[in-house]
Amino acid sequence: MKNGKGCSGKAPGMRVRGHPVMGEPPGGREIIIFLDGKPLPAREGEPLAAALFASGIRVAHYAAGGREPRGPFCMIGRCTECRMVLEGRGMVLTCLTPAEEGMRLHTPGRREKA
Amino acid sequence: MNLRQESHPLVVVGAGPAGLCAAMEAAEAGLPPLVLDEGSKGGGQLVKQIHRFFGSREHGAGKRGFQIAEELVSGCLGKGVEIRLGHKVLGFFPDGRLLVEGGQGVFVLQPGATVLATGAVEKSFPFPGWTLPGVMGAGAAQTLVNQHRVLPGRRALMVGAGNVGLIVAYQLLQAGVEVAGVIEVNRTVGGYAVHAQRLRREGVPILLRHRLRAAEGEKEVESVLVEDMERGTWKRFSVDTLCLAVGMAPQAELAAMRGCHLVYLPELGGFLPWHDRAMRTDCPGVYVAGDLAGVEEASVAMDEGRLAGLAAALDAGVLDPGKAAERMEEVMERLELLRGGPFGEPRRKAKERLNSLTVLAMGSAGRKASIHGRTGRR
Repeated sequence: MKNGKGCSGKAPGMRVRGHPVMGEPPGGREIIIFLDGKPLPAREGEPLAAALFASGIRVAHYAAGGREPRGPFCMIGRCTECRMVLEGRGMVLTCLTPAEEGMRLHTPGRREKA
Repeated sequence: MNLRQESHPLVVVGAGPAGLCAAMEAAEAGLPPLVLDEGSKGGGQLVKQIHRFFGSREHGAGKRGFQIAEELVSGCLGKGVEIRLGHKVLGFFPDGRLLVEGGQGVFVLQPGATVLATGAVEKSFPFPGWTLPGVMGAGAAQTLVNQHRVLPGRRALMVGAGNVGLIVAYQLLQAGVEVAGVIEVNRTVGGYAVHAQRLRREGVPILLRHRLRAAEGEKEVESVLVEDMERGTWKRFSVDTLCLAVGMAPQAELAAMRGCHLVYLPELGGFLPWHDRAMRTDCPGVYVAGDLAGVEEASVAMDEGRLAGLAAALDAGVLDPGKAAERMEEVMERLELLRGGPFGEPRRKAKERLNSLTVLAMGSAGRKASIHGRTGRR
């Protein structure tokens, strides 16, 4: 183990691989979800927030009239900072909502960039 | 609105170590429990613990937390306990009914008795930049790397050198995150020396008398400002993740909503429901266990859960009082041992203070009930 070099000694992606205690992660089926219209890979059943972290996305929504980005703080359904809009379901806590094929997420408060 | 209603002899809120042990004891005694948890996995915060536990055989010493979680869940299922995951308790009314969301929607539960084992929530505090994505509880980072197997970021700074801060910092390393350091305002490391040594061996600095000043960044954390309190100088750490391990507070909302009397004990995390040694609150038929009854550790939570399950079965009249007393005594002795030593001493004293409190509380029906001298029997 070397600080920051990943457990396998290689530069890691955002998914944990070759963990010294846990080994390889249980393989959930690879699926596609959509964030603001763009496709993203996810593992079926993992929390939506985890799928976003896996793609390096940490902003869940914008507060204060779109000025302040906010992201997951507690990951156990308490802080509500991970909330996003899921089509057909409304506002959900992404840290507790399992990913399903084709889910469409939207970032609340996001201002369209020119 | 007509909501579906269900009646159960015992409802346990929370499928962590406390709730599962309460359920197992009650089931064993003949009081069939229904366990609710909003998470997708039983075991509570044990699910993300990958270090080996200390303690005795009854607490799963030598095993890793997630293994203990699996054993508790299968132990419950083996005793016929019904566990409903993905179920969130929205309300706990003074008449004793619970409002629950999950499965087919929202429904009402009418429990004979209720064990609240809702656990704790990580504390935070305000500082410039505290809402930036990348600032998170140490437990959140731990959940991400150990349970969901994704990285919270590439490079992290940990605030707080208690056991949570030290253990999670090490687990971030194991997962492949670079840890820039652990900062601590106190002069000494708060957690066990063995956890601190492990970090130092990996070259992670533990900076005592250092204070968090600000998280900086445009859209996410890009750097963190820290003050060296001895020299009065400031340092800037280039990190994308800031983890806060600054304590936990009991999640007492449901207990408060039900009308349970809350007391403030800083050694145990803040406001928590008053309870006697057998985990009875001042509301008849309502019991508490685990971090909700004072933030301690998983082994304490397990034993408190066992006490709550025994008390519920005893008060419901399904458990022989002699048998209950014998078993409770055994568990209480173990709890005494768990709170021995310099780490447990302040918690043991706080619990003693709590148990000996004389307070006048408003009972659930609005009548005044003296907590002192209550037996908790209906």
